[in-house]
Amino acid sequence: MHISEGVLSPAVLGAGAALTAMGTAVGLRKLDYDRLMTVAMLSAAFLVASLVHVPVGFSSVHLMLNGLLGVLLGFAAFPAILAALALQALLFQYGGLTILGVNTFCMAFSGVLAGYCFKAVARICPGPKGQKAAAFCGGALGVALAGLFTASALAFSDEGFVTTAQLLFLAHLPVMLLEGIITMFMTSFIARVRPEMLHWR
Amino acid sequence: MFDQPFVHDCPIQAIDPRVRLVLAGLIAVCFASLQQPTSCMLALALGACLLASACPPFIPLARRFAAVNCFVLFFWCVIPFTVPGETFTVFNLIPVSARGVRLALLTTLKANAVFFVFQALAATMQPSTAGYALQSLGCPHKLIFLFLFTGRYVHLLAEEWQTLNVAAHLRGFMPRTSMHAWRTLACLLGLLLVRSYNRSLRVCEAMRLRAFSGRFTTVTVFRARHVDAVFALVVLLCITGIALTESGVFYG
Repeated sequence: MHISEGVLSPAVLGAGAALTAMGTAVGLRKLDYDRLMTVAMLSAAFLVASLVHVPVGFSSVHLMLNGLLGVLLGFAAFPAILAALALQALLFQYGGLTILGVNTFCMAFSGVLAGYCFKAVARICPGPKGQKAAAFCGGALGVALAGLFTASALAFSDEGFVTTAQLLFLAHLPVMLLEGIITMFMTSFIARVRPEMLHWR
Repeated sequence: MFDQPFVHDCPIQAIDPRVRLVLAGLIAVCFASLQQPTSCMLALALGACLLASACPPFIPLARRFAAVNCFVLFFWCVIPFTVPGETFTVFNLIPVSARGVRLALLTTLKANAVFFVFQALAATMQPSTAGYALQSLGCPHKLIFLFLFTGRYVHLLAEEWQTLNVAAHLRGFMPRTSMHAWRTLACLLGLLLVRSYNRSLRVCEAMRLRAFSGRFTTVTVFRARHVDAVFALVVLLCITGIALTESGVFYG
């Protein structure tokens, strides 16, 4: 998911940074210091969860969980993902400085949209089954949109990257299903153990 | 899991963290806009010099280098064969485009140049130092708060995850491709989130009891010295040289 430094054009990098700055400003405005602690802790938990590899066939994939973060935090997912990605760049060299804006926007905005999708589906189909369906849609949409945004960033950088962008998006499709399933089980678990977390934002 | 092998005594540690962060950002922006192979090579050379001054340990550096170049390798497997343009050579009856090779080469050089610079200037500081440096550079307080606490608790939560993992393994859990294994893994991750949420409420109450008002007071004081100015000047001169090479001044 993380695009390396030196790949995208300066225009795309600038646009990503500006959109992330706007999203982060909106997210931070909605948070007071009491809620910031919870966002920081969830951000750290997501950073740890993103390192977990889930077995799929002969290989394994790592989770993104941006959809679930969008469900739990709404627009506060922007600063949470920005902090987590900055830390990830510092600790593991996944991503980097100039690419931070684009990577954050791709993951956070798709997470925010996935959160709205979760709310809409849960409202249309109330009850535990509706909530499971909503969580699956939210998790899957988070990955699908993140893949789409990342592929678009590549395609807009240079016309030579269009095929690479298409391949990158196609690679996200199986992960999308897995992420939907894991998000569904996680949401179901949280709804049973700590239901107020789902209505925290 | 989250150790920082690049943080150790080395010449680059003598430079003010704020100067290092500003220079890392400036260099990354400058390198991202390069389009000529010659200037990209110079950028890579500058990155290698800075990295040498950070004396990085070999194995962690090789691991990070491989992580960055995985994405670059994916580019080499696709771009030379899919970008339209003049044929450079033929590989197994598939034409390789000259423009595709140039694009992949530029990407490789730039990605590695920025990687070297980032490892030398930013990865050599602790997250807390980076947070305080960003704070003194004028970053929003709430964002710094988020960064510092994420950095503070990520180690604890990683330990908590390992404990949960060991507990699951002791009860005979084996990660497989099955719905049961995915459900178990999701429940463990859910438990991690619930525990982190509970912990955040406790920490927040404890901090409020200690009269935390949202502002950090730190004993870390950054002072710019002559050596920082000299270092910044040398790096800026190098960037200017690379920018002039990119604009073709030296070719006439």
